[in-house]
Amino acid sequence: MAIENALMTFPMAFPLVSLFAVTLILLPLVGVICCFLMPRISRTLGLFTSFANVISVAGLGWQILEHDSYRHAVGGWGAPLGIELYADGLSLLMLATTAIVGLAISVYSTAYFKPAAGVRFWPIWLCLLTALNTLFLSEDIFNLYVTLELLSLSAVALTALTGSKEALSGAMRYLLASLLASLSYLLGVVLLYHSFGSVDISILTQQMQAPSATLATATPAVWAALGLMGAGLMLKTAIFPLHFWLPPAHGSAPAPVSALLSALVIKASFYILLRLWFTLFEPLVDSQAINSLLGLLGCTAILWGSVQAIRQTRLKLLIAYSTVAQIGYLFLIFPLAPNMGSLAWNGVAYLIISHALAKSAMFLCAGNLLRFGGHDRIADLDRVVQRLPLTAAAFALAGVSIMGIPPSGGFIGKWLLLEASMNQGRWDLVAVIVIGGLLAAVYIFKVIGYTFIPAKVTHEAHAVSARMQWSALLLAIGAVLLGFLSLPVLSLLNISDATITSGVGL
Amino acid sequence: MNPANFYALVGIGLFCIGLFGMIINSHLLRKILAFNIMGSGVFLILVALGRRADNMPADPVPHAMVITGIVVAVSATALALTLMIKVTTITGQATLPDEDDK
Repeated sequence: MAIENALMTFPMAFPLVSLFAVTLILLPLVGVICCFLMPRISRTLGLFTSFANVISVAGLGWQILEHDSYRHAVGGWGAPLGIELYADGLSLLMLATTAIVGLAISVYSTAYFKPAAGVRFWPIWLCLLTALNTLFLSEDIFNLYVTLELLSLSAVALTALTGSKEALSGAMRYLLASLLASLSYLLGVVLLYHSFGSVDISILTQQMQAPSATLATATPAVWAALGLMGAGLMLKTAIFPLHFWLPPAHGSAPAPVSALLSALVIKASFYILLRLWFTLFEPLVDSQAINSLLGLLGCTAILWGSVQAIRQTRLKLLIAYSTVAQIGYLFLIFPLAPNMGSLAWNGVAYLIISHALAKSAMFLCAGNLLRFGGHDRIADLDRVVQRLPLTAAAFALAGVSIMGIPPSGGFIGKWLLLEASMNQGRWDLVAVIVIGGLLAAVYIFKVIGYTFIPAKVTHEAHAVSARMQWSALLLAIGAVLLGFLSLPVLSLLNISDATITSGVGL
Repeated sequence: MNPANFYALVGIGLFCIGLFGMIINSHLLRKILAFNIMGSGVFLILVALGRRADNMPADPVPHAMVITGIVVAVSATALALTLMIKVTTITGQATLPDEDDK
């Protein structure tokens, strides 16, 4: 098979760790091509690739645990001229989350898509996977631009998959917003390259943090780069008030696609923002003003997103607005990290993973309910607790993690953030985190409540395959189990280069 | 002012014109065109700033970046145009419905 052939072309003198990292990029890419060439077996290919992807991540993780953070010069050309791959604890966590959520969504999609629609879904999904893996392994701001574009274009194509009026206009709005964001990011890259003559994050960081450079770094060009890249990435992450494109896109896409978008795609741009903010922009943003502003946006997002979620009458839109609110929690790292480095950092990393698991489970549940009743009106859920118990259980378990009730992963993340805010005396943030949790409880119990009540108008029920129910349930169970795994997960996060995380006090 | 800086300023101008056009126009084709103008602005800045001093040869790395950027912009434009045609066929107009999607 072509995938094995591609792997065999690597000489075995290649160190094992590089093999895994390169496989992570190459494998889904070969999968894309094979899916286009052999549309008949695209479902098998897609499932196989997602499974092999999990194994590659496990291999990379094993190597990183043995040898510490890892750097690879692609094609033997190192920075500054070439492109380097870099993996540390944070990128490993993101890759692992992507692989696990991706596998569950692949299993779900084998049952969700009919063969005709699947032919279009599988290659684009593998393309999205390639972009995500490359993004988490990149250490070069221009390469990150390319992966961001690859990611957005495949995400938009997936959103438009159903071809309905809502999906097409949602996808169009998503595309325009994300193109604007990409160009803004690219202009920032251009200005940084002009100022420092490099696009490699670690080289840029060294130049920015060198004591002799302190006067030279704060030029208008660097500040403009900070603003442009920050704004672009924030638009892609859909932080309030730049979230306008998210609910229509996530609400109208097919269920597995919504799950991918909410769980993984927005986290990717947030990951870049995190990387840039605490490495090369660290000397600039040390002043509290910008960080407080980002924290304020985060708080507003939590409150506004939750209130909007409560007001929704359609399940998928409710979950989409819940995503808007949960993104807000991630932005609390900016006001907290300068003084409470590792606590806030751990909390946000935990929230990223648990939100990815819980939100994908929720969207898959919504897909099941949509398939079951032919609609996603919350008020007409009509006793799904009895008629679709696995899905109802999955939704409730995912809800536990989103609300942040112990012992779920969401609880650990929110608890770490609460602790960081309390230690720092930021009672305003404490209040927002607590109120956000209560509001989340309101919108989740609103849905759960209706699952017990018979609807006034009954609908003909359609069978939902076991695979679709179990993949949602397993993701939700994963989100809850994450609450018991905090030590191993957080110890992974501490694996990093000194230069990369010097800013967060790890 | 040396020519490089002049071109860079023109690039910034194009970027701003494109940004303005992308925000105020509601017709999708105009938005896509405005995106391309913005992109050209960024590429012009990138190439112009490649020459750091008048008596030095230009830096070749930005040229490689511009080529990558153009490829990305062309694919993005192609996807945008396809989507626009689909939206126009289904809704009968080449604009997006109002923001309020309640």
